Parts: sequence; structure tokens; C-alpha cells
Amino acid sequence: METKPRLLTIIDTIAVILMIIATGMVFFYAPTEAVMGNAQKVFYFHVATAWVGMLSFIVAAIAGIAYLRSSDRKWDRLGLASVEIGIAFIFIATVTGSIWAKPIWNTWWTWDPRLTTVTIMELIYLAYMMLRSGIEDPDRRARFGAVYAIIGAISVPLTFFSARLYRTIHPVVIGSGDPSAQGTFDMTPRMLQTFMFSLVTFSVIFVSLLWHRVRLGKLAEKVEQLKLKVMA
Amino acid sequence: MEDQSLPLAKTRPETRVRNGAAFFSAVRAVIWKDLAAELRSREVLSAMLVFSLLVILIFNFALELDAATRSTVTAGVLWVTFAFAGTLGLNRSMAMEKDRGCLDGLLLAPVDRSAIYFGKAIGNLIFMFIVELIVLPVYSILYNTNLFNPGLLLVIVLGSIGYVAVGTLLASMAVQTRTRDILLPILLFPITIPIFVGAVKASTAFLQAFPMAEIWPYLNLLIVYDVIFTAVAYMIFDFVVEE
Repeated sequence: METKPRLLTIIDTIAVILMIIATGMVFFYAPTEAVMGNAQKVFYFHVATAWVGMLSFIVAAIAGIAYLRSSDRKWDRLGLASVEIGIAFIFIATVTGSIWAKPIWNTWWTWDPRLTTVTIMELIYLAYMMLRSGIEDPDRRARFGAVYAIIGAISVPLTFFSARLYRTIHPVVIGSGDPSAQGTFDMTPRMLQTFMFSLVTFSVIFVSLLWHRVRLGKLAEKVEQLKLKVMA
Repeated sequence: MEDQSLPLAKTRPETRVRNGAAFFSAVRAVIWKDLAAELRSREVLSAMLVFSLLVILIFNFALELDAATRSTVTAGVLWVTFAFAGTLGLNRSMAMEKDRGCLDGLLLAPVDRSAIYFGKAIGNLIFMFIVELIVLPVYSILYNTNLFNPGLLLVIVLGSIGYVAVGTLLASMAVQTRTRDILLPILLFPITIPIFVGAVKASTAFLQAFPMAEIWPYLNLLIVYDVIFTAVAYMIFDFVVEE
């Protein structure tokens, strides 16, 4: 069995330290927002987890293209790892969003374009997992996974655009906001720093988890091969 | 790889013409095969039709389709019906190929793989159009609503093209898995949400005679979806049937 790479240990350590600092910044460094109060604090991790979810979807699609071009199994492991992390982080983003939305929008859920798109994205991810679990042949599983990851990634922007044709109430904190958005606010420098720090933190966590999951995938493949050898 | 798949620019003009003609005759042959098989067995169309009527019947009880509600939900009922009936047809058309080993035969044919895709997709599209052409007047009669609106027909054509373009690709994946029959809708519906948003909104707008300026964004969405996914399916289909 190969040993854990040095760099991965370093990334793990950095991720843990960053997470502790980010949590500290959210609670003690960033000022409390005047109107929304403490509920706004969920924003830092909410956006960061949603960002990781989006990122993993993009990584999965790129890995899919790379797999179809090269037929190299390492891209399939990367794609699967990315999708699994994406499912978890999109779910966290949805839950944290609901926690924020209840006091601010006075509802756990609304059919806003971002919420709708993210839900459909989660469903595409789940469909991807179901597709894979229905195929025994590893080559075909990898090929179909890659195809579905690509198609899914293309449909997500279209879904967002289609849902946006309806009116939105989700606040757009970064970039120009729509005046009809509810719960929007201007970030003070300290808020912005905390926000950016959270984004970096979760990106590092993403890299660390991705690497672990890819290694796990490689080991699982090895176990499968050994099993076949023993049975033969 | 067969010579048909060479980049067109590199081949001489006369071969390009011949390849083009060969491509279209292959597409025609696949369509014709599906239509002839259907004409003899009538299993797909009859299942799709009876199923569509059942869905409309269920909606009648589920939604209390009285005159006031009807004007706003007609488009939704129609598109749910088409979507459900569509998955039946898509599944059946691919399962037929897989079960009787026809797919291997098709793949052995010395034609471009994309010709097979377009043949199957156009065949599926024809089945969908036939079902839609029967469902529309039946719905009109049952609910005393006039659905013969050229705009609505346009939306149905655009929506069905996108649905079938993705559906044929995903159905050819789904039939090669263990859980085939249950898998297709799960794979297909999240991807085709933009079609349903665009089609339902545009259909409602045409039925209620909204100004065109309000309808165009939805029509554009449908057109963009059709173009993108037909192109993507064309590029990717090879990987789905490769053995």
C-alpha cells in the first residue's frame, strides 16, 4: 500500500488550521449585521459551501471530458470523487440557506432561481450516482458517468437561466443587486475579509477531500483486483 | 474508424457529396426500420396513446379542471402528459434494440454512428408528434378548449425536439444498465427542466394570446436548448454505444 503523500498531510493540516481561524473570524472578527443580526453570520459558510458545490460540478465535467479523450481511469476517479463531495456540500449549502431564510424571508424554502437550480443540480448528481450503481462493467461505468457529468454541466446554466425568467428574491451580495431582492446588505471591509477567508478555507478543504477520495477510489480498485485474483 | 468520420474539409468534394448522401440514406434506413417495425407491432404508439389519455383523465380528477382553472393549467397538463408518454416511447424504442440484439447489428453496419443516433432520434420524434397530434384534439374535445393555435404547435415542435434529442441519448445509456426502466426518467427529467419551463410558459402565453415580446424569451430558450443538446448528443453518442 502506498503511503500518504507528504503534501496531502500538509494540505490537511492547513485545512484544519484555516477552518479554526475562519470559524473564529465569523464569530469574533466580522461585525454583526445591523438588520439581520446573528442570522447573517451563516452567510460566510453558506456561500463558501455553495461555491465548493459548484466547483465540484465543474471539476466533474472537466474530468468527464478528459476521460472521454484519454480513457484513463484516473479521470473517472476524479470525477466520481468530485461528484460525491459536491452532493455533500450542496446539501450543506441548502441547509445553511434554509436556516438563514427562515428569519429573513420568513420561509424555509422558496422557488427562487438559485434555490431551484441548486436543487436540480443535486438531483442530477444523485442521478449520476444511480446511473453508476446500475453498471457493473468498470469501463462502461466510467464512460457513462463522464457523458452524464458533461450533459449535466451543460444543462445547469440553462436551468438557471430558465428559472431566472421568473422573478427572483435571492440577494446578490457580490456584484450588482436587484432592488427587489430581500435580505441584501452591504459588506463592511471586515465582513469582506471574513467572506474571502471562508472561500479560501473551503477551497482548501475541497482540495484535501478530493485528494483523499481519489486515493480511496484507487485503493478500492486495488481491493477489487485482489479479490478477483483470490477468487480465480 | 470508418472513412465517413474523416473531417469533411479534408475529403475531396465528390467524396463529401457521396458521404453526405450515404449519411442521409443511413438515417432514412434507421427511421424506416423503426416505422415499419411499429406499423407491424403497434406496441409503442398504442402504449403511449393509452397512457397519455390516462394521464389526462387522472389530471381531470386531481385538478378539478373547471373553466376558470383550465386556462392557466392546460399547458402544464399537456406537457406533463407529453413528458411521461415520451419516456415510455424512448425506453421502449431503445429496449427493443437491446433485447433482440438489434443494436449490435446496427453498430456493425458500416455507417457513421451519428447516423444511427439521428435515425433513432427522428423516429422517436415522429412517435411523439403522432401522440401529440392525437392528444391535442382529444383534449380540445374533452375540455372544450380550442388548442389549434399555430403558436402552440410551434412550441410543441421545439419542445419535443429538445426532449427527444436528450432523451434518445440518455435512453441508449439507460437500457445498458441493470435498472434500465426506472433509470430513464431519473436521468432525463432533471436535464430537461429548461424545456418544461420554456414550453409551459410559452404554451400558456400563446393560449392566452400574450404579446409576442413576452413570449420570445421562452421561445429563444427552447431554440438554444435544442441547438446545444442536438450538437452535444451528436458529439457524444459514439461514446455511449462504443463497446
